[in-house]
Amino acid sequence: MGNGYQPEETVLSLPPDASASRFRVSGLTGRLPRKWVGALLPVVFVIVWELLSRAGLLAANWFPAPLSIAGTLVELLQGGELFHHIGITVARVVAGFLIGAVLATLLAGIAGSTPLIRELVDPTIQALRNIPSMAWVPLFLLWLGIHESSKIALIAVGVFFPVYLNLLSGILNVDRKLIEVGHVYRLNKLQLVRRVILPAALPAFLVGLRSGLGLGWMFVVAAEIMGASKGLGFLMIDGQMTGRASVIIASIVLFALFGKLTDLMIERCGNRLLRQRGVGI
Amino acid sequence: MNGTSVSTTGKESVLDIRGLTRRFQVNGSEVTALQNINLSVRQGEFISVIGGSGCGKSTLLRIIAGLDTEYEGEALFDGARIKGPGLERGVVFQEHRLFPWLTVRQNVAFGLGNVTSKDDWESVDEHIELVGLKDFEGAYPHQLSGGMAQRASIARALANRPEALLLDEPFGALDALTKIQMQQEVLKIWEAEKATMILVTHDIDEAVFLGDRVVIMSNRPGTIKRIIPVDLPRPRDRGSYEFTQVRSAIYAEFFRQEEKPFAYEI
Ligand SMILES: Nc1ncnc2c1ncn2[C@@H]1O[C@H](COP(=O)(O)OP(=O)(O)OP(=O)(O)O)[C@@H](O)[C@H]1O
Ligand SMILES: [Mg+2]
Repeated sequence: MGNGYQPEETVLSLPPDASASRFRVSGLTGRLPRKWVGALLPVVFVIVWELLSRAGLLAANWFPAPLSIAGTLVELLQGGELFHHIGITVARVVAGFLIGAVLATLLAGIAGSTPLIRELVDPTIQALRNIPSMAWVPLFLLWLGIHESSKIALIAVGVFFPVYLNLLSGILNVDRKLIEVGHVYRLNKLQLVRRVILPAALPAFLVGLRSGLGLGWMFVVAAEIMGASKGLGFLMIDGQMTGRASVIIASIVLFALFGKLTDLMIERCGNRLLRQRGVGI
Repeated sequence: MNGTSVSTTGKESVLDIRGLTRRFQVNGSEVTALQNINLSVRQGEFISVIGGSGCGKSTLLRIIAGLDTEYEGEALFDGARIKGPGLERGVVFQEHRLFPWLTVRQNVAFGLGNVTSKDDWESVDEHIELVGLKDFEGAYPHQLSGGMAQRASIARALANRPEALLLDEPFGALDALTKIQMQQEVLKIWEAEKATMILVTHDIDEAVFLGDRVVIMSNRPGTIKRIIPVDLPRPRDRGSYEFTQVRSAIYAEFFRQEEKPFAYEI
């Protein structure tokens, strides 16, 4: 470390010609932390939208101004009915997600550890998977009526496939070498699944749960639009019937919000579980 | 470890291999990986197996470990035919094969099963200490260096107190300095545990430094070419005349044919 030596970090953050460029970028992004850059576009969009609405350039009944949408939200919240709708929708997603995920986990676990069962059921599941899930809707309505059960069944179907497919491929791709270590220590089949295969397949499983949850939200919208008297999807249809675009958009915003929140929950749990391995989801 | 008359002399054989042959089907044609292998290993003996790549060293070790049971001939451990893995035979692979979701301590305890008694945990801690990982028992595999990970995997194999430890090129991926350090530690472990050791390697120095006998294998089909006893006191001095003698003898086994054209008489 003699004289004239420049520590590398300094060199990296301040290359000889960078002193000038550092000031050049000031303006809009200069003081903004890098991770907020992505928020810039939506914020500008909303502001422009609001301004255009105020200038009377957008029809208020088609494109309600952001502030009036916020007003609608507050209104709905004060009425108390919004909590009710949100609660119903979240409950449907949770119920459908749990049913679909549990079934998928059991089936993928069994298929993944027993070649005979895999050869028996996997082709059928792969075939069913090709049916666009919305195509199930009329059948479920016919079978289960316009009640909770048909909606939850539909959501469960949506959740089932990504969870099953990801977990099964996770199980089938477990490093043979780790399984061999299990053999060396004379684990029986059940111990091998519990102590080696499932932990090794955990990252793939979490990916499956995450995309399953995404589909769950997609399907709850479909189910509630199809026929419901409560829930955020019903609120949207209600907004359409009564010609209130602000209610529809407010519902969309709420769907996005809760979708993101639940996704974040899985991501957090997943990262906590996987942190020890030095990876994340 | 059982009969007094046996353990003191260490003459009873734990492993008996007679007429062992292993053939594989590769693309419809037959590959003979091992042919007519005969080897008896005494209780507590340190055997080095050396040979070129593809000569069947790993195949031999896998058969002894019980991971490959489709062999012809006889392979007996403690007098019984080897039909599968057993806790009395510990295995250390070339790659550490630690479970990434377990800490060092949990990895070492892996082979002891789910319900581990106080005795078991003592064995775990004792072996972690033996391989010098005391300060890293809470670390996860991705936080270890290659040498540390390999130590952890040795501790895992030892935690069950196996009668025999089978090592398949355990230091192949380590740098020369770490390798020498690990060899010294294996020697220390061998002296502490009094287990029978079978070490596969392609490093002549390593084979001579560690082994009571060096089994030299030839290529295609894999056979035992020669078994060279190393009657040198430990710790062995790699620079000594006797050490060099043994090393040259092994070297000559490998390169006899090839070097003949250059040989001349004085
Ligand atoms: N599962 C298998 N299926 C087919 N052939 C195999 C199998 N395992 C080993 N072989 C063949 O047996 C021969 C010996 O392989 P082996 O892995 O025992 O060699 P090795 O001496 O351990 O080599 P290296 O030093 O490179 O590890 C090789 O020709 C290999 O192709
Ligand atoms: Mg090998």
